[in-house]
Amino acid sequence: MAAITNFFSKKRLSLRQQDARIAWWLVAPCLIVIMGVTLWPILSSFILSFFNAPTGINQSRTFVGLANYIEMFTDKSFWETIGRTLYFTLASVVLNMALGLGIAQLIQSHPWGWKFIRFSLIIPWAVPTIVNGAMWRWIYSGDFGALNGMLMQLGLIKHYIPWLTLPNMAMPLVILADTWHTMPLIALILQAALAAIPEELDEAAAVDGANTWQRFSKIRLPFLRPAILVALIIRTVEAFRVFDIVYIITSGGPASKTITITFLTYLYSFPYGKQGIGAALSIIISIIVLIFAMVYIRVLYRPEENQ
Amino acid sequence: MKQYRKFIRKIILLLFSIPVILFIFLPILWLLFASLSTQAELFTIPPHWIPQHPTLQNYLDIFFPSLSASTVPRTFAVSLLNSIKIASAVTVICIVIGSLAAYALVRIPFKFNRSIQLGILATRMIPEVSLILPLFVIASSLQLINKPIVLIITYLSFSLPYAIWMMIAFFQTVPVELEEAARLDGCTRLGILFRVVMPISVPGLVSTAMFVFLLAWDEFFYALIFTSTLASKTVPVAIAEFVGRYSVNITGMMAGGILAALPPMILAFAFQRYIVSGMTAGAVKG
Amino acid sequence: MRNMNKIFVAVIAIILVFSVVGCGPAKSNVATIHILTQDQAGMKPAEIDQIARDFEALNPDIKVVMEYVGYDAIHDKVVTGMAATPPAYDASMVDVIWPDEFIKNGYLLDVTSRITPEMKSGIFPASWNGVTRNGKIYGMPWLMDVKYFMYNKDILAKAGFNAPPKTWEELMTQAQAIKTQGLAEFPITWSWNQKEGVVCDYTVLLYGNGGTFLDASGKPAFNNEKGVQVLTWMKKSIDDGLTNPSAISSDESAVETDFLAGKSAFAVNWLNQYADSNKPDMSQIVGQVAIAPMPVFAAGQAAGIVSSSVDGSSSFAIMATTPNPDQVWKFLTYLTSNEVQTKFSAEMLPIWQADFQGDALTKLLAATPTNPVTVPAFLGQFPYANERPTVPYYNEASAALQLAIQEALTGIKTPQQALDEAAAKWVDLAK
Repeated sequence: MAAITNFFSKKRLSLRQQDARIAWWLVAPCLIVIMGVTLWPILSSFILSFFNAPTGINQSRTFVGLANYIEMFTDKSFWETIGRTLYFTLASVVLNMALGLGIAQLIQSHPWGWKFIRFSLIIPWAVPTIVNGAMWRWIYSGDFGALNGMLMQLGLIKHYIPWLTLPNMAMPLVILADTWHTMPLIALILQAALAAIPEELDEAAAVDGANTWQRFSKIRLPFLRPAILVALIIRTVEAFRVFDIVYIITSGGPASKTITITFLTYLYSFPYGKQGIGAALSIIISIIVLIFAMVYIRVLYRPEENQ
Repeated sequence: MKQYRKFIRKIILLLFSIPVILFIFLPILWLLFASLSTQAELFTIPPHWIPQHPTLQNYLDIFFPSLSASTVPRTFAVSLLNSIKIASAVTVICIVIGSLAAYALVRIPFKFNRSIQLGILATRMIPEVSLILPLFVIASSLQLINKPIVLIITYLSFSLPYAIWMMIAFFQTVPVELEEAARLDGCTRLGILFRVVMPISVPGLVSTAMFVFLLAWDEFFYALIFTSTLASKTVPVAIAEFVGRYSVNITGMMAGGILAALPPMILAFAFQRYIVSGMTAGAVKG
Repeated sequence: MRNMNKIFVAVIAIILVFSVVGCGPAKSNVATIHILTQDQAGMKPAEIDQIARDFEALNPDIKVVMEYVGYDAIHDKVVTGMAATPPAYDASMVDVIWPDEFIKNGYLLDVTSRITPEMKSGIFPASWNGVTRNGKIYGMPWLMDVKYFMYNKDILAKAGFNAPPKTWEELMTQAQAIKTQGLAEFPITWSWNQKEGVVCDYTVLLYGNGGTFLDASGKPAFNNEKGVQVLTWMKKSIDDGLTNPSAISSDESAVETDFLAGKSAFAVNWLNQYADSNKPDMSQIVGQVAIAPMPVFAAGQAAGIVSSSVDGSSSFAIMATTPNPDQVWKFLTYLTSNEVQTKFSAEMLPIWQADFQGDALTKLLAATPTNPVTVPAFLGQFPYANERPTVPYYNEASAALQLAIQEALTGIKTPQQALDEAAAKWVDLAK
C-alpha cells in the first residue's frame, strides 16, 4: 500500500523508489509490445485449446474441457510425432554441441588460417532457412543430387540413391541440413567463451602435470558452463519447434517419418481445420520446451560462478 | 626440436581444419555454381562441379525481367527490398526499446524484476504457429494485412524477447563502478545508459542487431500467412514460390538463394569484429 | 528525467507513425476488391493483371487487387482470411478438392441465382459439377485440367515400339524393354511424395482398375481387392526398377524435371508439362514428347473402361462475408467470359464449349504453337477425369491415404494393411 501511495505522491521519493519508477518506464514499451504480440495471442490459444474450434465461420465453438488434450494423448500418431521430435532435438543438439565444441577448440588451437575458419562460420549462419532447405533438397536429390554425384565420383556408390525416400535416412539427412545452418552459431559462442579463459590457468595446470582431458574437464568446462547453457537452450528450443526446414525438404515424407510436432500443429490448425487441437498441441509444445529449459538451468546455472 | 613439434602440431591441426572448411564451403559453393548454370547443365551425370557454360541469365532474370520470364523472378527483386526494409525496422525497434528494458532489468532492482526476466525468457518457448491465428484476427481488424508493418509488429513477438535476453547478458558485463562514478557526477539513469553503458556495449549491441536482423530475415511462416501482395512479400516466401505446383525453375531458385543470403552476409562481414567480441562478452556471462 | 521524456515522445511518435501507416484508405465511391489466386498454373499473373486493368477501365467504380501466391498457401490463406471481418479476400481461387470443406465452413457465397442460362449451357457440364453441391452453385468455373499420359517418342522408337501403351501392363512390358536396352535407367516417373500428387496418381490408377474411393453407400472402398491390386502394382513397379524410386519424394515439378531432362520415357503430369517440354531453356527433349490417352489396367479394360484420369480443375468463388458481392461477381464474370478466355488462351484452355466447335475451334488451334496438340488431348482425356471424394474433411482423409500409400511403397506395411488403416480413418472422420 505504502508503495502505491508513494508512487503517486508528490513527496520527494527516495533514490531507490525513484529508480523503481524509472525502471517501470523503461520496461513499459517492451512489456506493452510483448503483451500485444505474444501474451494476448498465447492466452487466446490457451483458451481455444479447451474448445472444439472448427474453422467454419458458421459453426460455433463449444467448450469441451480437456477433450482436445485427451484426443491427442490417446492418439498413437501423436506419441510417434513426439518421439520423432525428441529424436530430432536430441540428435540435433548432440551434433551441434559436438561439432560446435570441436570447431571452437580447433579455432582456439590457432591452426593456419584460424581467422579464416572463424570468418567462414558466418556464411552458413547467414543463409536463410528456406534457402538452406531448398539447397539441401537438391543436394540430396535422387536424380541429380550433388551428394549422389560426389559419392559416385568417389566410387562409394554404383547407382544414385533416392536418399529422401528411405524411411530411416530422411530424418538424419534433414538433421544434417539443419546442422549446417545452426552449428556455426554454437561454434562461435563456444569459441568466444574458450577465448576468454585466462591462458595462465591452462599453462599452470599443464606445468602441474594435468593431462589434456583433466585440463579440459577441470579448467575449461567450468569456464564454458554458462556458454554451454546458452547454446543448449538456444538449440533445444529451436530444434524442438522445427518446422520450416522439414516443410521445404521433405514436406513430412516419406510415410510421415519427418513430421515433427510443430508440423502436426500446423496440419491440425490449417489443413485439417481443427484449431482447438492445434491450440492444444501448441500449448503442449510450449510446456515441453519450458521443461527442457528449466532442467538445463537447474543443472548448469551456477550464478555464483559468474560474479 | 620445439620448432619441429610445433610444426607437426600445425600439420595435425590442418588435417582437422580441412574437413571443417569443406563442410562449410561445399554446399554453398555448389549453390553458387548451380546458380550460374543452365538447367540442362545442372542435370548432367556425372555432375559438372564447375559449369562449363556459365551464365548470368538467372541473375539477369531477377534484375532485368523480360516479359517472357515467369513472374517469380520478376517479383524477387521487390521482395529483397521488402525484406531489407522489414528486417531493418525490426532491428531498430528491438535495439531501441529492448536496450531500455534490458538496462532496467540488469541494473535497477524493483519488484517483479526477476519475474519479468523469466517471463521474457519463457516467451521464447512459444511456437510461432500457436500465435498466428489470434495475431491474424487482430491484424486484420486493424486493417494491417498485406502491409509490411504487420510483419514488423508480429516479428517483434520472437525478436524482442531474444534481443532483451542478449542485451541483458551484455549489460551485465559493464562494470558497476563506472556507472557509480557517472552517477556521482550527476548523470541520470538514462544519461548513464546512453553515455556510459551503451558506448561500452557497442559490440554487444551490434551482435544483438545482427541476430535480430537474421531472425527477421529468416522468418517464413508469418510472412506466408500475413502477406500475399507483391508490395509486402518477403524473400523466404519468394524463394518458396520458386517451387511451384507444376513446374520449377531450379537454377532461378539457386540464384535467388544466393541473393537472399547476400545482405545478411555482407552485414556480418562488415561487423565481424564486433560480432566476435560481442559474443565473447555474451557467452561468458550467459 | 528530461532525457527520459524525450525517449518517450520518440516512442509514442513511432507508434503514431505506425498507426497512420496502418490506416485504411480514405472512404470513396470506389469499391476495392481483393482476389486471391495462384501464380503457377493457368494464366500468367501479367495476363490476369492486364484483364483486371481492362476491367477497371470499363468499371471505374471498381478497383481490383490481384494477390498471387503459391498453390500450397491458398487453402490456409482462405482459412485465416475468413477469420477476419470483412474477410481478407473477397474472392479466391478454389481447387476442386476444397468446395465441400469451404461450403460446410460457410465461406462461399451461393451464386445460383446469378448464373445466366447462357453461362449454364455454354460452360462444360463437368465444370459446373465441380462447383455445384445439393443443386446450389458456389463458384464460377475457371480452369479445367486433368493429368495426362506423356511419353518420349524418341525413346519408344529406339526401343522398337511404334505406339504408346494402352494398358498399364503393356506399359510395364515397354518399360522393361527400355530399361534392358539401357535407354533409361528408370523409364517411368510419378509424383508419389507425401502430398496431394500421390492421391491424384492413385485416383488415375484406381479408377483405371475399376475401383472407386467410396462404395454406393458412401463407405471407403479403396481398400478392397481392386485398390490393393493398384497399390501392389505401384510397389512392384518400384521394386522392378521400372518406376524411378525417387518418385516417393517427388512432386509434380520433380516429375517434370526428370522427364524434361530426358531421363524417363513415360510421365503422368498436368498439361503444362507439355508446353514446358518444348521450351529449349527448360527441356532437353524439345519436340520429342507426345500425349496419349491415359492407360488403364487390363482388368479395367475388360470391364469396358477406356481411359481414366483425375480432375484437377479449379474455380473462383465469392467469399460469403464480402461487403461487395456484386462488384466481385461482375469481375469474375468478366474474367471467365468467353471473349477474355479466348483472348488469353495461350496458358489455359477456355471453359466454354463453343470454343471447341466449328470456326472457334480452328481459331483456338491456331492460337498457340502447342494448341494443335493440347486441344485434342484435352478433348480426348477430359471426359475420363475422375473426382477425388467430395467430403468436407477431404484434407485429413487425403493425408491418411497419402500416409498409407507411402507406408506401402516404403515397405513399412503391406498394401492391404496400410489401406485398411486409411479406410478405418476415413470411417472415423465421417462420424
